[in-house]
Amino acid sequence: MSDELFGAMLQSIVDGAPDKASDLARQALATGVDPLEAVNRGFAVGIKFAGDQFGCGEMFLPDLLASAEAMKAAIKILEPEMLKRGSQRATLGKIVLGTARGDIHDIGKNLVATILSASGFQIFDLGTSVTPEQFVAKAKEVDADIVGISALLTTTMAGQKAVIEALDRNALRPRLKAIIGGAAVTSKWAAEIGADGFSRNAIDALELAKNLMRNITNQGTAPA
Amino acid sequence: MRPSIQLLGPDLIGRILSEAFELLMNPGVRVGSATVELLRSAGVDVTVAEKVADHLADHDGVAHIPEPLVRRCLASVPRDFHLYNRKGEKTVHYGGDDVHFDPGSCCVQMLDPDTMEARLSETRDLVRIVQVTEMLPQFAAQSTAVVCNDAGNDLPSAIGDLYRLFIVLQHSDKPVVTGSFSASGLEGMIDLLAADSGGLDKLRRQPRAVFDVCPSPPLNWSEFGSHNLLDLARAGVPAEIVSMPLAGGTAPVTLAGSVTQHAAEALAGITLHQLAGPGSPIVWGGAPAIFDMRTGGAPMGAVETAMLNLACAEVGKHLGLPTHAYLVATDSKFVDAQAGAESARSATLGALAGINMISGAGMLESLACHSVEKLVMDAEWIASAQRLARGIEVHGGEVPGHTLATAMFAQTGLSGEFLQLKETRALFRQEQYLPSSLIDRSARGSEPPSDVFTRARARVDQLVGKYRKPSLPEDVLQKFQAILNREAGKARAAAAASEKLSISSS
Repeated sequence: MSDELFGAMLQSIVDGAPDKASDLARQALATGVDPLEAVNRGFAVGIKFAGDQFGCGEMFLPDLLASAEAMKAAIKILEPEMLKRGSQRATLGKIVLGTARGDIHDIGKNLVATILSASGFQIFDLGTSVTPEQFVAKAKEVDADIVGISALLTTTMAGQKAVIEALDRNALRPRLKAIIGGAAVTSKWAAEIGADGFSRNAIDALELAKNLMRNITNQGTAPA
Repeated sequence: MRPSIQLLGPDLIGRILSEAFELLMNPGVRVGSATVELLRSAGVDVTVAEKVADHLADHDGVAHIPEPLVRRCLASVPRDFHLYNRKGEKTVHYGGDDVHFDPGSCCVQMLDPDTMEARLSETRDLVRIVQVTEMLPQFAAQSTAVVCNDAGNDLPSAIGDLYRLFIVLQHSDKPVVTGSFSASGLEGMIDLLAADSGGLDKLRRQPRAVFDVCPSPPLNWSEFGSHNLLDLARAGVPAEIVSMPLAGGTAPVTLAGSVTQHAAEALAGITLHQLAGPGSPIVWGGAPAIFDMRTGGAPMGAVETAMLNLACAEVGKHLGLPTHAYLVATDSKFVDAQAGAESARSATLGALAGINMISGAGMLESLACHSVEKLVMDAEWIASAQRLARGIEVHGGEVPGHTLATAMFAQTGLSGEFLQLKETRALFRQEQYLPSSLIDRSARGSEPPSDVFTRARARVDQLVGKYRKPSLPEDVLQKFQAILNREAGKARAAAAASEKLSISSS
């Protein structure tokens, strides 16, 4: 019975059907299925599958966004019960996002926020045209693991460098990782400004963030 | 007849415009602070919005522009105008169905033909593009094609726009399609053109350049874009609206919906422009594209992108305005079959659509990389497209008795000796486009076969070898340098002031 339910949950995410996902979440609660298990064995598997399908070109950005919406809908239903049971889904990490100063283009940044959030990261989205000082302040406030700076224009890419310099001035790195993205961003640019990583699209950003979190976690548990 | 292509037709254009006018009222158009007073004094309701972003002024607002005002502004736009070359000859006619091409603009990378890698573009790349463009009759105008990343060593990057024009004007006599990178960058560029023309008045009467001005989709004439529009209108220097809706990303996914958004953005731009300078020349242009649902990019080589460009221009033509589009570009990273197919297709479509200025030749990688080898290849597609657009012609005087074939048969009988006819010699250059050595039509055997990239490289060398730099009067060159120095000084002072501000605020 549960396997069937988990399968339906997976499918509701792949189909990008928020109503269906909510119904299944409610059904899980009504029939006593552990909400954390519903996420881990059902809905989250759907997000992973959608990401893989996107990666191999079978699913497209609107599909992926719909999957993320469905995920959000399911989590919204399950969250109170998880809290009650003290089994809140572990956050993969805290990420502060924004576009570089002077840049108001935010499609890419929003996609990254949606995908990372659906995949279990806690996202603090500062919006568009964010100053280095604002990035630093938010990163300190929430004790962020990663700061992501997006820039579409070649003229605003310098803003990415300014943020990384500001993070360094405040001695937030290397514990905190700085990643960048944007249409004109290249690995060369990322290396030049000392970023900890860059990604071409939202799914790559998810992989990048997961890898960086593994490093951060390893650093944290390494013997002093 | 001149062959042509239409994608919309009058009924659909009517619906597009009617919805575009609706959009101008609701939700309205975001406008920069510089325009608020101007719009209000014309009776436009401008609600001053919350602070949208840090770099935007507090007075940014949303304008709800009524159709009658837009119609009035449309009526004062010149139906056509010319761009002039340095000799003062009319070289580009913006208006009617006349078609011209110029290389794509404002690229930041260059394909290195030796390594086949994209590297940051430099002054030497811009010079080479200008030299090749100068030599090719397919290009009626130059463009400030690439950003000169090396200039940043000596000059503040804020005047990169001015520096490009400074380089182009020294190396070319042709008109220029250009644009400014900031609200403040325009002044120096207009001064540079005025110095070249012999005064601002002369520049106004015989404009040498047109300035691209871009709204941000959707429906946002930002501080920078609107500032440029007003300044150009007041200076009387031609402006070209380059609205860039991305269908499915920053605009409705349907092509018709994106064309409607484009129309609303262009109409809003024209209204701002004509309110500031009634009768100033402005072009209904754009670089619309679909939104790629895999990469999130703007695929410039897609057939739907070409369809959007044609449809947007068709709306402009319906309004009787000069038109512009962004075509002849590719998403490929190399000068390869994909580059050839995408660029040739859109060059052909653009020419058949009768778009006055078609930008984009030479561009690879969805406008991220320029290639001078692609530019010479594109010139062949452009020439073929121009030939196609001329259609099948019936010659009068050259052929006796105005017959199509019988008069020539009267001379040859059944001998088949057409090659000797004087009509053949008189007409073959008109009837056929005679391609350069880039196009391979030779029989196998005489020369070892080569691919198009190899031939393109040879063609570039050949053109650069024949190029001669124009000789400008010493006093003009001095004026150029003085303007560059002055603007560099201003940019350094502004950068120092903003640094001070940022330190004191943090």
